[in-house]
Amino acid sequence: MSPEQQNNAQAQLPQVDGERPALGRLHQQFPEAILASHSYRGDDTISVAGDSLLPIMQFLRETPELSFETLMDLTAVDYLKMGKSPRFEVVYHLYSLTHNHRLRVKVPLPEDLPEVDSLTSLWKIADWYEREVWDMFGIKFRGHPDLRRLLMYEEFEGHPLRKDYPKSRRQPIVAQRT
Amino acid sequence: MGVGEFITSKLDHAVGWARKYSIFQYPFITACCGMEYMGVACSHYDIDRFGAGFPRFTPRQSDVLFVVGTISHKMAPVLKTIYEQMCEPKWVVAFGVCTCTGGFYDNYSTVQGIDTVIPVDLYIPGCPPRPESVLDGLMLLQEKIQNQKQEILPKAKWRETQSSVSRLL
Repeated sequence: MSPEQQNNAQAQLPQVDGERPALGRLHQQFPEAILASHSYRGDDTISVAGDSLLPIMQFLRETPELSFETLMDLTAVDYLKMGKSPRFEVVYHLYSLTHNHRLRVKVPLPEDLPEVDSLTSLWKIADWYEREVWDMFGIKFRGHPDLRRLLMYEEFEGHPLRKDYPKSRRQPIVAQRT
Repeated sequence: MGVGEFITSKLDHAVGWARKYSIFQYPFITACCGMEYMGVACSHYDIDRFGAGFPRFTPRQSDVLFVVGTISHKMAPVLKTIYEQMCEPKWVVAFGVCTCTGGFYDNYSTVQGIDTVIPVDLYIPGCPPRPESVLDGLMLLQEKIQNQKQEILPKAKWRETQSSVSRLL
């Protein structure tokens, strides 16, 4: 590609930095709560302390220039076998319909107290997402209206997506024929 | 051979013939194998040629339980109830590798073969099985139905009737 063509290609790229003010605003507003942040090829990621999750999320949702109306995904990661500390991380994906921008928010959680504030007061959809994460990873959500298992049955013991759950430990609820 | 035995064996044959060509199936479809089941049921392969073209969506009216697709441990009690609700005589077909052995779902949630929950008469392996192998399986099932002892009455009642028929002749 000639230098001229390269310049043209670059000129066609949208000016993304100007359109994604989320990271800057968060650093400004919550300097002590932010543990880490990075921006890679248009994906903004921010890691925050669990205590300040609720005010940060409220800020992201209600500030007009950010207005993240949609909680697109809420999941968790177990870093047991990757030797990372703390062990768990809850991951939130936000999307703004107004501004067409996205943000990933992560909250690291320790093994001995995997608890974080529930976001059901901000996004209704968080209800089932949080129940699924509780079911699969055993992470508790403080203030959740009805934190029951979502996918597994009530008799099931343990949390199957934790890395220390034996992959083939089955818990049948009907009598097994031999 | 006594006259009584001759009559019952001919009756068995006739009833078997009737039963094998009027299979009312209950399709218990939970996963992707269902598409292949529909393929068998539609005009290209036309399961109706074998007298099995009439799915009943209630276990009370069906003869063969087609278990099509992965069964999870959460689903197993439902499958067992459906099986128990079916009237005698009844047969069970495990359609696809997930129902036969659990397939590649060697994990915490999947039943490792439905024969750990209910008795199975016929296994059709494949992921999913081709319609040809389903039809082959269906013909094997017909053979099984034809050749088995036909119980017209419940087992205890049947024995009683048989002995009284022999006594009369």
